[in-house]
Amino acid sequence: MASGVKPRVKVPKTAAAGETITIKTLISHKMESGQRKDSDGNLIPQSIINTFTCDFNGQNVISVELHGAISTNPYFQFEATVPESGDFTFTWNDDDGSTYTDTKSIAVS
Amino acid sequence: MNFTRRDALVIGAGAFTAALLPIQAFASLADDAEAAFTGGAATTDGGIELTAPEIAENGNTVPVAVSAPGAVSIILIAAGNPNPDVATFNFGPLSGSQSASTRIRLAGTQDVVAIAKMADGSFARAASTVKVTIGGCGG
Amino acid sequence: MKISKLHPIMQLATAATLALGLGVAAQAEEGAKLIVNGEIEMVTRTAAPAYIDGLDEIISGWEFRSTETQALQMDDFDNSGMLGVDSALEAWNKVQGPEQKSCATCHGDVESMKGVRTVMPKFNEEANDLWTLEDYINNCRTERQNVEAWGYTGGSMTNMAALIAVQSRGMPMNVAIDGPAAPFWEAGKELYYARTGVLELSCASCHEQSYGLHIRADHLSQGQINGFPAYRLKNAKLNGIHARFKGCVRDTKAETYKPGGPEFHALELYVASRGNGLTVEGPSVRN
Repeated sequence: MASGVKPRVKVPKTAAAGETITIKTLISHKMESGQRKDSDGNLIPQSIINTFTCDFNGQNVISVELHGAISTNPYFQFEATVPESGDFTFTWNDDDGSTYTDTKSIAVS
Repeated sequence: MNFTRRDALVIGAGAFTAALLPIQAFASLADDAEAAFTGGAATTDGGIELTAPEIAENGNTVPVAVSAPGAVSIILIAAGNPNPDVATFNFGPLSGSQSASTRIRLAGTQDVVAIAKMADGSFARAASTVKVTIGGCGG
Repeated sequence: MKISKLHPIMQLATAATLALGLGVAAQAEEGAKLIVNGEIEMVTRTAAPAYIDGLDEIISGWEFRSTETQALQMDDFDNSGMLGVDSALEAWNKVQGPEQKSCATCHGDVESMKGVRTVMPKFNEEANDLWTLEDYINNCRTERQNVEAWGYTGGSMTNMAALIAVQSRGMPMNVAIDGPAAPFWEAGKELYYARTGVLELSCASCHEQSYGLHIRADHLSQGQINGFPAYRLKNAKLNGIHARFKGCVRDTKAETYKPGGPEFHALELYVASRGNGLTVEGPSVRN
C-alpha cells in the first residue's frame, strides 16, 4: 500500500427522500503518471488510483476510471439521489493492489 | 509531483513552444481514444457541456466539469497529452445528475474533449481549448 | 507598464510575454473577498505598517491568483492543503518516544495553539535567539518527547506548521520587531534589499518594485508569507516559508541560504513584519 493514503469525503448528514445531494471526495495520492523520468533518466513506472466507485445501500451512484492525467490527490464532485436512509460506500483501487474505502451515513426524513 | 529543476526547465521549454499553437503531435492518439469510446460512431455537438478554464494557471491542476443529461457515461480526453486518456465517468441508477467535476493534468496548451454516451446509444461531443501557462516563479 | 524600472533580463521576459500576446494567466477581479467556508473573513488588503517605506498597501498573495486558484482556498474541502492538516492532527495526538507523550499530552486540544502563528517568528529569551514555529515544534520533539527532530522543510514539519496555522486563521499577523528582535529584523531587512545571483535580483526587485507585473506569464505578488504553509498546484503539497525563500533565491541564480539557517530566520521576521495586519491564511492555495 502506498504510504499515507487518506480519503476525505463530504456528504450532507441529512436529506429529504428522493433529494439530489452533492458529494465531494478527495484522496491523498501521488498519482505517478508514468510519464516522468528519475534523475538517471529512467522512466518512473505508473502508480495511480485506477478506479473510484460510490455506492449507496448496494446500488451504484458513479464509477470512474482514472488515468495518469488525473492530478495528484484526486478530487471528484458529483450528485446522488437518496431514496432512503443508509450508507454511502466509497472505494478507491490502487495500481499496487491496495483498496481504500470510506463510508458515510445519511438520514432521510 | 516533485519536479527536479531540470524537469521544470524541460517542461517550461515545451510549454513555451506550446503557447504558440496547440500540441498536434499526439492528435492521432486522441483520435484513437475517441474511436475506442464511440466505436467509430458519429457524434453530435449538443447535449453535453464541458467547463474548463480558458487559461490555466498551472497545468498540474486544471479544474474541469462535465455534464450531459441522460448520459450513461462520459469520457474526458486531453488531446495534447502523451496519453490522452484522462477519465471515464459511468453513472449508476442512483446518480443525481449525469455530471461530475475533477482536476486534471495538461502537458501544454491543447483541446480538452468530452464525449457522452447517451442511453439511446448516440454520442454527444464538446471540446474546449485550455491555454496552459508556465508562470514565472509562482508568486 | 513600468518596464524601464525592471532589470534587463526581466524586461526581456516581459517583452516576450507581450509579444506572444497570450498565455497570460487571468488575474482575478479586484475587490474579490476571501471568506473561507463562508465564515472566516480574511484581510487580503490593508495599509502597510509605518516602518515599511516601500509600500503603501499590503496585499495577500491570494489577490494575485486566478479566479480558479482563488476558489480552491475558499472551501476547506476544495483546499488540498487540508490533507496535510488532517495528517498533522493524527501526529498531534500520537503518543510516542521514551516519554510516551503526544503533543496533546502537554498542549491539550490543538485549539490551544490559537494565536501562535500570528507572532512567529519571535525572540526566545531562554535560547537567546529568534525562533520560528518550526523551531518550537522541533524543540518539543527533542526536549519534551525525546524523539528525533523533523527535517526543517520536511512533510511532517510543514503539515504540523499548517495545523498550527489553521488555529489562527483570520487573525492578523502581528510579529514583534522591537526589543531583542530588533537586530534580527535589521539583518532581515538588509537581506531583503540585497541583490543576489546572476540575475542580480533582490526580494524587493520583484516583490516591492514590480508586484502586479508579469514575470513571464505569472503575476508577481508582494511575496507576503501570511498564507504559509502554502499548497502549491505546482508540486501538489504544502510548502514552508524557508522552502519558498530557497526557491526564490535559487531563481535569481544564486547559491541559496540554508532553510532553517540564521539568514532565513532573519529574513522570515522581516518579511512577516511587512505583512503585519494581513490575516493568517495557512494553508493557502497558490500556483
